Amino acid sequence: MNITVRETRAAQKLSFVDGDIHPAFRQISDLYPFLPARWREHMQTFGEHVRQGLTGQLSYPRMMASGMRADAFPEQGPPGSDLELMRRQHLDANGVETGMLVALSKGGMEERNLDFAAALSRGVNDWQIEHWVKPEPRLRAGIVVPQEDAAFAASEIERRAPDRRFVQVIFSPRATDPIGHRRYWPIYEAAERHNLPIGLHSAGFSGGHPSTPSGWPTYYMQEHYSFFTAMQTVVTSLIFEGVFERFPKLKVVLIEGGFTWAPALGWRMDKHWERMRGEIPHVKRPPSEYLRENFWFTTQPIEEPANPEHLAEIIGWLGWDRLIFSSDYPHWDFDHPRHVFKFHLTDAQKAMVFRDNAKGVYGL
Amino acid sequence: MKLPLKGAIDCDLHPGMPSMAELTPHLDPFWRDQFENRHIDRMGFVMTSYPPNSPFTGRPDWRTPQGQPGGGLDMIRAKALDPFSTRFAICNVLHGAIALFNEDMAAAVCAAVNNWTAKELLDREPRLRASILVPAHNPELAVKEIERVAGDKRFVQILLPVMGDMLLGRRIYWPVYEAAERHGLAVGVHAGSTYRWAPTPSGWPAHRTEDYVVQSAAFEGQVVSFLAEGVFQKFPKLRLVLMESGITWLPSLIWRTAKEWRGIRPEVPWIDRSPQEIIHEHVRLTLQPFDVPKDKPDIVARTLEHIGSDRMLLFSTDYPHWHFEDEDVLPNGVPEAMLQNLLIDNALETYSRLRMGVDSGDNGGRNKEMVP
Repeated sequence: MNITVRETRAAQKLSFVDGDIHPAFRQISDLYPFLPARWREHMQTFGEHVRQGLTGQLSYPRMMASGMRADAFPEQGPPGSDLELMRRQHLDANGVETGMLVALSKGGMEERNLDFAAALSRGVNDWQIEHWVKPEPRLRAGIVVPQEDAAFAASEIERRAPDRRFVQVIFSPRATDPIGHRRYWPIYEAAERHNLPIGLHSAGFSGGHPSTPSGWPTYYMQEHYSFFTAMQTVVTSLIFEGVFERFPKLKVVLIEGGFTWAPALGWRMDKHWERMRGEIPHVKRPPSEYLRENFWFTTQPIEEPANPEHLAEIIGWLGWDRLIFSSDYPHWDFDHPRHVFKFHLTDAQKAMVFRDNAKGVYGL
Repeated sequence: MKLPLKGAIDCDLHPGMPSMAELTPHLDPFWRDQFENRHIDRMGFVMTSYPPNSPFTGRPDWRTPQGQPGGGLDMIRAKALDPFSTRFAICNVLHGAIALFNEDMAAAVCAAVNNWTAKELLDREPRLRASILVPAHNPELAVKEIERVAGDKRFVQILLPVMGDMLLGRRIYWPVYEAAERHGLAVGVHAGSTYRWAPTPSGWPAHRTEDYVVQSAAFEGQVVSFLAEGVFQKFPKLRLVLMESGITWLPSLIWRTAKEWRGIRPEVPWIDRSPQEIIHEHVRLTLQPFDVPKDKPDIVARTLEHIGSDRMLLFSTDYPHWHFEDEDVLPNGVPEAMLQNLLIDNALETYSRLRMGVDSGDNGGRNKEMVP
């Protein structure tokens, strides 16, 4: 994982869309110009107020370099904070045509103080444009919103939507209530109206609920695994709460949540929906139909069955039009666009996964 | 499809839940007194996971005339044993006592349930076997109950809910697994929650349907917990049986953990071989509710192939829960070559106490000192 990959500018260039790139602050003061003085002082004096035992660090320490590629550290600041290095190491070297920024830190998704969360959201959205998208037009921003204040979140979507450099709405899939809950519907209403997909990136603790329904796990191995089970509950909540009956054009992109579980979840939902329709008459169609029409999935970290053809079968069941390649640069479990699939893809499949699906969903 | 051969072993069957009036005679005198004075004996102990009138809790033709799912011994014989030519069936009485916060009280009711099971079911029907209900939230009391009951070889496993106080791989539970291994009991983890935590990592869903569908995620969390904590290295003879879990989520879990292990080995150095091998050897899943659509036999066959082992699945009806019609308990698409394992041999390999019953031709030797 830490072998230096030769920075070939391959002649057989595959230009592609990367659905998951993480920008970082060189230092927290990068954010300060985008925060009102009141909240700058608040950040300096009190800091973030989150729902876990440690602030500013992970309660499940990662396996290496805080979960980063060891070769992705710039001379100053953390991986993902230096645009020049990102260009040299990823955007140019691998041929990224368009890259989706997923700003995970300090955007207010995890903050308990909702006024502070709103200020952080605005600050991070301004910062993405000024520090990243303006100097590097291959990158696109996501409107990061604090889901616990849906009224503010909807207003922030209104404010940013005319700026086409923002291509999706980003918040935590680990909210205080399952995200199909009505308290979050103003976000979906605004997103659907502006034809902006909702991008949900795996997160560790935002809403404070343990990552399994049997309590908190012990090891990072388990914590990491829970990203994929948590995403399943995102799907069931949105479908069984009737979100797609109310907002039929809403598009949801599940980022870094896996996808091989999705066909099986569709079968399971259909089976129990049939038996339990008396409880959920508002879910008009077999749940797998919403899964097939309203959801997309990014690829990283890709599953690797011993027999790669099994993965091809799963994608066939899921639909090739549902997958969006993602690298997760600069994180340690980065997937390389040329090595991610261990089986042969047809040209049509390649075009879908590496470019056309993302272009369709994000309107690129 | 119907079963093509006789003598199947049904690894998940639910007798009608005994009322507190039926259990009271089996309680220790102190608790009998307490239950009467506090009117606890008038309480229903209905688990939130299994509302009795809900469609999935009881198939319409598997309810008593009063509408209760499961029924007594006559009904079990007529509806669950005879139609499937069952050789053995393992009864799981997932009583609401396990959701009580008072650990001593929970232990007392668990003991009464086990006594009732032995006397009212096992003594009267030689085809039945059972799981030992324990208050898992106090491992010391759980082990005490296992030691009390384990002499009765008709009890073949320990019964734990998939969603309880903590993830089950944690070391605090290891005395339970030590007792299980020593007595040749499987560890059975069954669907259902004591709702100590929200059923999803983002809180409480509105509908029972959601709780039931995403329960598979709870099973995944438990498998990964047993794996990551090294339970199978510590107790190499242990068999973990997942009951009413569904199975189609399994290939994804195997692939994910096998890949993850390559990157995180220093965190869990006791995992000494690929999780795929460990899971194939130690983890078992019961058949129903089988979660592939009826009309897709090709997907059934492919999914079984993706699992990568024909030793993992155990036949079950999940009687009286409503997952299939008539006697069509087998999904279309299961390869014929797999049937002997699925219906009989895998259960015999998993439950060493069933092998004893098969070998000696008797009922496994009842411990007469058990009932107070």
